[in-house]
Amino acid sequence: MRTLIFRTVAPYLSTLMIVFSIFVLLRGHNEPGGGFIGGLIAASALAIYGIASGVAPVRRAIYFHPMNIAAFGVVLGAVAGVVSIFVGVPFMTGLWIYPVIFGVEVPLSTVLFFDIGVYFAVVGTIGSIALALEERDEI
Amino acid sequence: MAGPSEAAIDYSRAFVMEPLALADWLVIAPVPYCLIAGALLMMLRKNAELQAKAAIIGLIGLFVLCGALLAHVVENGPVTMTMGRWLPPFGISFTVDVLGAILAVTASIVAVACAIYAAEDVDTTGRRYGFFSFLFLMMAGVIGAFVTGDIFNLYVWFEVLLIASFGLQVLGSEDRQIDGATKYAFLNLIATTMFLVATGYLYGVFGTLNMADIAAQTRTIDDARPLYTLAALYLFAFGMKAAAFPVSFWLPASYHTPKVVVSALFAGLLTKVGIYALARTLLMLFPDQRDAFADVIAWAAMLTMLLGAFGALAQTDYRRLLGYLVVSGIGIMLAGIALATVEALSAAIFYALHSMVVMTALYVASGIAARIGKSFSMNDLGGLYRSNVLFAAMSLVLFFSVSGLPPFSGFWPKAMLVRASLDASASGLATIILLTGFLTTIAVGRVWAHAYWKPAPETMGTPAAAQMKMTSLLPLLALVALTVGFGVFPETLLQLSDSAAAGLLDPSAYIQSVFPAEGAVN
Repeated sequence: MRTLIFRTVAPYLSTLMIVFSIFVLLRGHNEPGGGFIGGLIAASALAIYGIASGVAPVRRAIYFHPMNIAAFGVVLGAVAGVVSIFVGVPFMTGLWIYPVIFGVEVPLSTVLFFDIGVYFAVVGTIGSIALALEERDEI
Repeated sequence: MAGPSEAAIDYSRAFVMEPLALADWLVIAPVPYCLIAGALLMMLRKNAELQAKAAIIGLIGLFVLCGALLAHVVENGPVTMTMGRWLPPFGISFTVDVLGAILAVTASIVAVACAIYAAEDVDTTGRRYGFFSFLFLMMAGVIGAFVTGDIFNLYVWFEVLLIASFGLQVLGSEDRQIDGATKYAFLNLIATTMFLVATGYLYGVFGTLNMADIAAQTRTIDDARPLYTLAALYLFAFGMKAAAFPVSFWLPASYHTPKVVVSALFAGLLTKVGIYALARTLLMLFPDQRDAFADVIAWAAMLTMLLGAFGALAQTDYRRLLGYLVVSGIGIMLAGIALATVEALSAAIFYALHSMVVMTALYVASGIAARIGKSFSMNDLGGLYRSNVLFAAMSLVLFFSVSGLPPFSGFWPKAMLVRASLDASASGLATIILLTGFLTTIAVGRVWAHAYWKPAPETMGTPAAAQMKMTSLLPLLALVALTVGFGVFPETLLQLSDSAAAGLLDPSAYIQSVFPAEGAVN
């Protein structure tokens, strides 16, 4: 698989996929998309980069162990649900704030953070499986 | 997207508008607590030493949460929290009654004991592969199943605990573990599929998944015929999860393969979740259908008890024998569900709590015995009484307790069940319960005679571990103290299990808690 063309293209392709995965994640609240599918796209980006240039560079590039990323996602998702304890409404109630940043109203919500948690959980889990499989391939 | 300019919407038609008391958060608190703790421990998995300590402290915290939840429920009746503030039955409700709360408390006690034992039993590799993370994840599943008030959500928690249990089961990656895990996973998946099929059908019939809503509707429905199918499907699915005859064979085939502490956890928790789900669906959701199936359940109960007892008699492996005792205990709980009077159910619930504690303790005892004798086979074991008298005495207490001899906690529920079955003129059931007790006494008597009483065989070598540290006996000591304590002072537990049984048979308080104003919607 390590042809010159693939190795040259793979970093750009992976970068593009990661950016697209974030776009899909943020778009997901009202339109098709969301944390799960975004996470899958990002995990495929890691897998492609891994196929092209080996697993070690991928592990270096994402810095954290994929399992830790997944665990962080679970924590983020759970905490996003627990935030509502401070407002006196049940677990997982969507809470919104509308800060104005550079003159643009940006709706932020606990739902968004839950989705980001799902994103990390999926990236971590699928990424970890993909990298483990690719590592087995190299032996 | 809900913008600030759209404030004129009437939220009261979609949202629960009453402010939520902080105490009601106890309903949900154990579940995210377990998830967060498990995830944090996964991040800490490189630090094996810290992990065990953090897990033990974390599980003690879980016990405190569950205890507070039980106190809250005992004081105020069933408590409901509907996620995301949506009005039930549209939001997912968590509804806790005494039954769910007391099972959650017992589960957390079992988890604490297992975590303390695991601190010695699970090596660094096991910890790095996430033993404690899986433990917390499984606790999230188990407690989630006990507290949820939504039948599809119950399915989700079953999945969560199953996934965690698969992980726990293959920890160590030995051949026979994979073998046991395959049987366990495959047969559990069949049961899960049946559960899902039944739930899909149920949604088709009622258009709701909220258990309180369903319970209200089954009592007034015009055409009850589909409910018999539903009840039969649930009986099969949860009967398989609980390891009831004739779908019990997966349990003795898989429970002796994983690490001892994992067996102890499974024996204490997993089958009881099946029994809980069976009681919840058959007694609360489909009471008329349960009456129609009462004979089937009674036969399943009798055969499960006998199969377990005879299976235990036939074993020479300490851990395999315990697997059969788990099955036999399930039969006794099923007998309570078959009779379905307040007394019988109360006895079944009491027995479930007793069984959680005692079966876990017995597996821990088998692990300690194997640590001293380097084997689980009763032929190779011997002289345990000599090598550690305290340990032997505690084992004897557990043997008496699991056989149902006074003054330990196994005695009361069995006595109550015998009386309840005689009251219901089900003398067959009463006979089998007594016979099972007798056979169990012989089976554990054999363990005592072979592993503890007989002189140590040459092959066992010198009992080096005889001077065991007190800490390794600590979890066993705590569990034994519980079974003795509830054997000698059963009143508190009896009151709790009585009110849990009454709540199952008459769910009006449960329904009231989910739909406070109008009784039930629709």
